[in-house]
Amino acid sequence: MTIFGHVISWPQLYGQLLIGLINGSFYALLSLGLAVIFGMLTIVNFAHGAFYMMGAFGAYFLLQLAGLNYWWALVLSPLIIGAVGALVERLFLKRLAGFDPLYSLLLTFGLALIFQGLFQNYFGASGMPYAIPKQLSGAYNLGFMFLPVYRGWVIVASMVVCFGTWLVIEKTKLGAYLRAGTENPTMVRAFGINVPRMVTLTYAFGVALAAFAGVLAAPINQVRPGMGADIIAVVFAVVVIGGMGSILGSILTGFVLGVVEGLTKVFYPEASNTVVFVIMAIVLLIRPAGLFGRTA
Amino acid sequence: MSVKAVVAADVTERNRKANAVAFGVMVALIAIAPFVAYPFFIMQALCFALFACAFNLLIGYVNLLSLGHAMFLGLASYVCAHAAKVWGLEPVSAIAIGVLAAGALGFLTGALAIRSSGIYFAMITVAFSQMVYFFCVEAPFTHGEDGIQAVPQGRALGLFDLSNPWILYVFVAIVFLFGFLSIQRIVNSPFGEILKAIRENEPRVVSLGYRSMQYKLAAFTLSAALAGLAGATKAIVAQNASLTDVSFAMSGEVVLMTLVGGMGTFYGPVLGALIVVSMQNYLAQFGEWVTVIQGVVFVACVLAFRRGIVGELAARAKISL
Repeated sequence: MTIFGHVISWPQLYGQLLIGLINGSFYALLSLGLAVIFGMLTIVNFAHGAFYMMGAFGAYFLLQLAGLNYWWALVLSPLIIGAVGALVERLFLKRLAGFDPLYSLLLTFGLALIFQGLFQNYFGASGMPYAIPKQLSGAYNLGFMFLPVYRGWVIVASMVVCFGTWLVIEKTKLGAYLRAGTENPTMVRAFGINVPRMVTLTYAFGVALAAFAGVLAAPINQVRPGMGADIIAVVFAVVVIGGMGSILGSILTGFVLGVVEGLTKVFYPEASNTVVFVIMAIVLLIRPAGLFGRTA
Repeated sequence: MSVKAVVAADVTERNRKANAVAFGVMVALIAIAPFVAYPFFIMQALCFALFACAFNLLIGYVNLLSLGHAMFLGLASYVCAHAAKVWGLEPVSAIAIGVLAAGALGFLTGALAIRSSGIYFAMITVAFSQMVYFFCVEAPFTHGEDGIQAVPQGRALGLFDLSNPWILYVFVAIVFLFGFLSIQRIVNSPFGEILKAIRENEPRVVSLGYRSMQYKLAAFTLSAALAGLAGATKAIVAQNASLTDVSFAMSGEVVLMTLVGGMGTFYGPVLGALIVVSMQNYLAQFGEWVTVIQGVVFVACVLAFRRGIVGELAARAKISL
């Protein structure tokens, strides 16, 4: 079939759909982390892309220096980067609690420059390969297309983690504390809950989600210092489209926009880099608070 | 006159004097600079200083943090370079077309972005500037990675030959001072007073019957056009337009310049631009360490030095600069 003057073949369509779902998995994990952090700290974490990149480098170092394989990295790298996040919150963000949130934004922006600059210094702009674990190599034959096992795994892992996070926040007691802390931290403190520690852990968790996405991405895209900076603007657009108020909204928007971007690559490749931003402009016209957001 | 009014008049008088002195010093320094430093470097610093002043118009006086201001600098730079090279226009018209393009882009993106404020606004501007970046990568007239090279400097208004470095220097100084004084005029006008009132308490301004959205959009468009003036002039000075000027890193640098110098001060962004550009110039040999150092300065300013250099000096001397 022919659309917009491009000849479209079914395998190409499925292929881009798959890539879209993969990118959507990363968008969902990253925008979910941003939403969780925003909910508790009311700041936008501009260092999120840097933490995503550091998660991937974490996996690389664990393999190179400690000989720990992918599965270890999947657990350890988010924990380590999450701990870095906790440190950042305790050392820096905490001091800015009483000020205009724009200062926290600028702080995380500065941190992103530091992290990215350091990695670029030692690793240059080129990428480091990271092998697909052998349990996940190979491909399934789905009849209409071949699905590389690793790609299927990324989509499933991301969905499980995203919806798991949503369940914890919406359905458990811990999540109830979190939501209450978002609404009225002073009152929650009066009930004897350590809100400052909760804030630190929330930030660390959001950062760990970014690092987890980074480890998932390591075998697909190479491990590069610039990988975070490349993705973060799209993730911001995703967050604006979804609206900051909703956890589920950020997950859904992430996956859907990944797919939309993938389909655009098939039907109108020239626009594939900009389609998410165009959608953002349209959503802002119709619903300034985002599709799932409460009014800002 | 009541005591309060007398004190207020006194403060205004002091501010007026302080600003007159500061302006005199700045003009004198611009006049001396090409004799003690590399003129090309000073011209570039002046373009960035104007860029930072334009950015400061938003963050300093309306409290809107744009993290995508490179789109105005870069687009105007491309449009001006294209107009001068391909259409063969003389530099003043080429610059004017660049400014118009940046202003139009500012009006369009601003109309969508100013519906939000604070961090939302910042994220939206990031996204729009990324969109413009991709547009500049793809669009044929920008020549992608190569950029537009060998832009002719031409004769300004058909009279002044800008390929003469001295004439070019005077031209750039005039453009900078024009932009700088326009911003001062805007901020000190009744329009500027309402912008500052919006910064302090927007709901109250709305309750007084002002359409705050229109004021914010006007400020955003003006800021975009002035950033465009800086970008277009830079294209004539450097004789090229490249992707660097539309990049996200550039949007970050202008924030740094303004933060270091002092947000909401007239002279802060100028000093900040000079510091950041010098830093890049003298630390260029250290490669990516420049980014790291910029990050450290960012963090240090935000944590301990929020008023910036000029802001701190002005606060100590109890004046506003």
